[in-house]
Amino acid sequence: MVNAKINGIAVQVAEGTTILNAAEKMNIKIPKLCYNDDLPPWAACGICVVKVEKSPKMLRACCTPIEEGMSIITHDPEIVQVRKTVIELILSTHPDDCLQCPRSGSCELQTLAAEFGIREQPFTKRLKGLPMDTSTNTLVLNPEKCVKCGRCVKVCQEMQNVWAIEFLGRGEKTRIAPAADVALADGPCIRCGQCAAHCPVGAIYEHDQTQEVWTALMKSGADDLTCVVQIAPAVRVALGEEFGMAPGTVITKKIYNALRRLGFDVVFDTNFAADLTILEEGTEFVTRFAEGKGELPLITSCCPAWVDYMQKYYPDMIPNFSTAKSPQQMMGAMIKTYWADKAGVDKKKIFSVAVMPCTAKKHESGRDKSMFSSGDRDVDVVLTTRELARMIKQAGIDLANLPDEEADSPLGPYTGAGTIFGATGGVMEAALRSAYYLVTKEDLKEVNFTGVRGISGIKEARINIKGTEVRVAVAHQMGNIAEVLDQVRKAKKEGKDVPWHFIEVMACRGGCIGGGGQPYGATDEIRQQRIAGLYHDDEKSTYRCSHHNPHITQIYKDFLGEPNGHKAHELLHTHYEEHPLYSK
Amino acid sequence: MAYKQFILVCGGTGCESSKADDIFKELHAQAEAQGVASDVQIVKTGCFGFCEKGPIVKVLPSESFYVEVKPEDAKEIIAEQIVKGREVKRLLYKDDTQKERIKTEEIGFYQKQYRIVLRNCGIINPENIEEYIARDGYAGLEKALFELKPEGVINELKIAGLRGRGGAGFPTWRKWEFTRVVKEEQKYVVCNADEGDPGAYMDRSTIEGDPHSVIEAMTVCGYTIGANKGFVYIRAEYPLAIERLKIALRQARELGLLGDDILGSGFSFDIEIRLGAGAFVCGEETALLQSIEGNRGMPIPRPPFPAVKGLWGKPTVINNVETWANIPVILTKGGAWFAKIGTETSKGTKVFALTGKIKNSGLVEVPMGTTLREIIYDIGGGIKSGKKFLGAQTGGPSGGIITEEYLDTPIDYESLTALGSMMGSGGLIVMDEDDCVVDVSKFYMEFCVDESCGKCTPCRVGTAQMHDILDKITKGQGKVEDLEKLEKIGHALRRAALCGLGQTAPNPTLSTIKRFRQEYLDHINGTCRSGKCKDLVTYSIDKDKCIGCSLCARKCPVNCISGSKADKYTIDASKCIKCGECFTACKFNAVLKK
Repeated sequence: MVNAKINGIAVQVAEGTTILNAAEKMNIKIPKLCYNDDLPPWAACGICVVKVEKSPKMLRACCTPIEEGMSIITHDPEIVQVRKTVIELILSTHPDDCLQCPRSGSCELQTLAAEFGIREQPFTKRLKGLPMDTSTNTLVLNPEKCVKCGRCVKVCQEMQNVWAIEFLGRGEKTRIAPAADVALADGPCIRCGQCAAHCPVGAIYEHDQTQEVWTALMKSGADDLTCVVQIAPAVRVALGEEFGMAPGTVITKKIYNALRRLGFDVVFDTNFAADLTILEEGTEFVTRFAEGKGELPLITSCCPAWVDYMQKYYPDMIPNFSTAKSPQQMMGAMIKTYWADKAGVDKKKIFSVAVMPCTAKKHESGRDKSMFSSGDRDVDVVLTTRELARMIKQAGIDLANLPDEEADSPLGPYTGAGTIFGATGGVMEAALRSAYYLVTKEDLKEVNFTGVRGISGIKEARINIKGTEVRVAVAHQMGNIAEVLDQVRKAKKEGKDVPWHFIEVMACRGGCIGGGGQPYGATDEIRQQRIAGLYHDDEKSTYRCSHHNPHITQIYKDFLGEPNGHKAHELLHTHYEEHPLYSK
Repeated sequence: MAYKQFILVCGGTGCESSKADDIFKELHAQAEAQGVASDVQIVKTGCFGFCEKGPIVKVLPSESFYVEVKPEDAKEIIAEQIVKGREVKRLLYKDDTQKERIKTEEIGFYQKQYRIVLRNCGIINPENIEEYIARDGYAGLEKALFELKPEGVINELKIAGLRGRGGAGFPTWRKWEFTRVVKEEQKYVVCNADEGDPGAYMDRSTIEGDPHSVIEAMTVCGYTIGANKGFVYIRAEYPLAIERLKIALRQARELGLLGDDILGSGFSFDIEIRLGAGAFVCGEETALLQSIEGNRGMPIPRPPFPAVKGLWGKPTVINNVETWANIPVILTKGGAWFAKIGTETSKGTKVFALTGKIKNSGLVEVPMGTTLREIIYDIGGGIKSGKKFLGAQTGGPSGGIITEEYLDTPIDYESLTALGSMMGSGGLIVMDEDDCVVDVSKFYMEFCVDESCGKCTPCRVGTAQMHDILDKITKGQGKVEDLEKLEKIGHALRRAALCGLGQTAPNPTLSTIKRFRQEYLDHINGTCRSGKCKDLVTYSIDKDKCIGCSLCARKCPVNCISGSKADKYTIDASKCIKCGECFTACKFNAVLKK
């Protein structure tokens, strides 16, 4: 522990604590822009400067650790003046189109300008007129709005190990851009959207498709178009944050209601498709593990950013990938085949929308021809949680006070195993619950696999299935994946037994609940609250294993046949191919 | 074989670009042709420092100091001096005050200099390690390895009081001690040879003239702190220095002074060269280390300091060339000897690159505490054109302009900082009344705009905004409140920029606003005293003085002067590009500059 004084008040903190963190604990807010809790301090913006006794210059609170005996002043007229000048300098390079900006209302720079009472801009505007990059149809890069905080670069390179974004140019000409200055879509970008989730301003954001959905909803009825929607597991524990609710508040049934009020004709739940995924993927695992047919370890494939990453960085692992589609795409296929037939609706007249915590899902819905397995595009539009929040606000719906409603049947009701898909370790846990049954034809007495839960980057567990040990690993946040896969590669190369039989991978920290399309401001604390929400939903579910979902059983009986059977393969499975890091 | 005479030819970059290599070859050819090849040894040395008069050729033992030598002079030098023993008088240096041509020891330029860092420059052949050894080279290393031991080395540096020569003047022993006490298997030693201040070239000359002094010192450091790997980060624009460093490294390895088990001590150390691409910011130590690692050259916050967490996260001592070059001498002569030179707080000498409107431009090394007046007038010979002194810029783009009234301040780290400037690497640019301080401030700010890495807001945007304002002022579009804006941004830069480049970038501007406020106000009111700011100058012709000779009209590159002998001449102001050709050409002072 070290002792110091902040604004004259004595404080004792653990060694290594930064001035910024120590001050926060004392309820002193030091303004900041480039700093983000997820990232090591980059020390670029110069707003968090404070005075430290005996130091001739001001120091950055974000990266200066408290030392024994330090005396720190966080606010005085000179400090405030310097901070204000720095903000004015940033504003001199920032467009003044706040009203049209996608981050209006959630912009960290806008908030700073408001707090510092910026009423005029004393310096000459120095805009560059840099063009936007819309090549991915998923994420929009607007370098003109960039404040060079470096968060996206650090996220992409250090957290995600993708290296799709880099600073180019020097000095005043510094800009963020796709690495090698190609179009974003032609480089290694996996569209995870973590850059957008961390951007403090409107420089990187999701490609907004709300208007496409509004247009479809307008045609619903008049044009005989049936608008069907599904919501992903992670959406239900985060959307509430946009409406003042605490992170992790489970509002599934209010969302169903809100979707109907928006004008959707049919409301389904991706959790149902998650149960379906477990049956397909679980069966695939049993085939590979118990029957020895196919490569081990089996690696999950429901995260589209991860699929993109693997195709670019680990194409040699393609045979290890589960061929099962993601829940979104399984649901899409089922809506336009099974449900369309059942409801007597022409699939051409169905407009299928998925609400996802994810930006990569936008790309996935058109990724390859297996995403058109119904003969049509299985999922027409993917909205992120943030986009849905905007639509609900536009429609004047008071989400927090809506009465609960149920999802439509049969693609609605879900088990606890389906809901935990949204958390890191959830897919693995759900799969193990059913795999045990699929191997032994007996049900587990204890369905909680706590070893694969939690926020640590790589988790390992060993499960005993009637005397046979199954070794599993769970990794989330793309930057943690290499460590796991490199061990697999090494074991394979040396002809050794693979370290794990089953691996779950999620590109975003915390799993889908920390996805790139979720409400802004996620921290580990918030991620853990969202995860807790999902496990709470799991615990109070009637069924907690996917194979117990009566609707799933019925669908196999009525329509799909056997898991991994012919029809299931046609509709619910996909394939992968190697992609170059740079396509141009 | 014993040579009777020696000819030393300057092989620094400056003289080489004035055909010193041709002179060297021609001297060899002539010695051969005239049959005296075995009597004279012709050596190419490092820089003599007196760059104003280069190429320099010096003959020993007669101490004949030949200046501005041309290849065709070789024949005469050999024929007269080597064969007949007579000096070539016409080539000897002669200064303004003396009628007779003089020899080395009488030259004013060298009188007040004290050469420690440059001790071997202009004396030894830098490509021959034996010449370095003959002048006590590697004796310091030997002493460190077998006598002083790590603690002893640190102690000598502490007694010496040596401070880092590249910037803020941090005590060298303390830096080394920080790293020495860290328990870590892998540590590094780095030489910062990324010299980038406009006009500064002492590091280049030191490596070109005496590369072993840096190698020896780095090896001593490796031994002291427990590192076995060193890097020299040097600008790729210094090909000659790189070449000589490579030769020196090879020779040191061949003699067992570098590599495994140095001098049988059991200590191993080797050095690699890393080339910089010329970014000024890479002279900042954390950016330099980033660049060695292959990352963008951007500073990172300190602490942790490189001494504790540097290259690849390992403890790293990084010093600049001039600092390194001091160390072998401190070890052989002792810290106490070194501490006798200089001032209370700043020991030893400082090398300055003296340039600008000065008679004797070149590299000068003086004891700390020498006054600027001594450097400019006694060593530098005063202002070139006999015009009035305006100010001296020390510390390059990070420094400030020092005016006449402060010329007698003894120079050390503290006094320069107190004057709003800094030691920096030792660039010293002298300005006369023809220079415009606003224009000079703009020039340095432009340099900082170009060289800002772009990482931190104050520097990236602040320098550009300050440059914008200065540009407006030099064009007569400034307002009085612009001075407040400059001060406001400058203050934010000083206080909130991440690294030294940004923190010191406003120094030239702020120091001139303080000392030359009236000049700024004059510009704002539409006049530039020196006429440097072209937008504020108008040329016209005084018809009373004009004799109608038409010289101005003939000189004008844009044909905007017309007239006749009878009508006299007039300038069309709308076409005039303000080049000043007419003003210079007119012999009757009829062209007016306002």
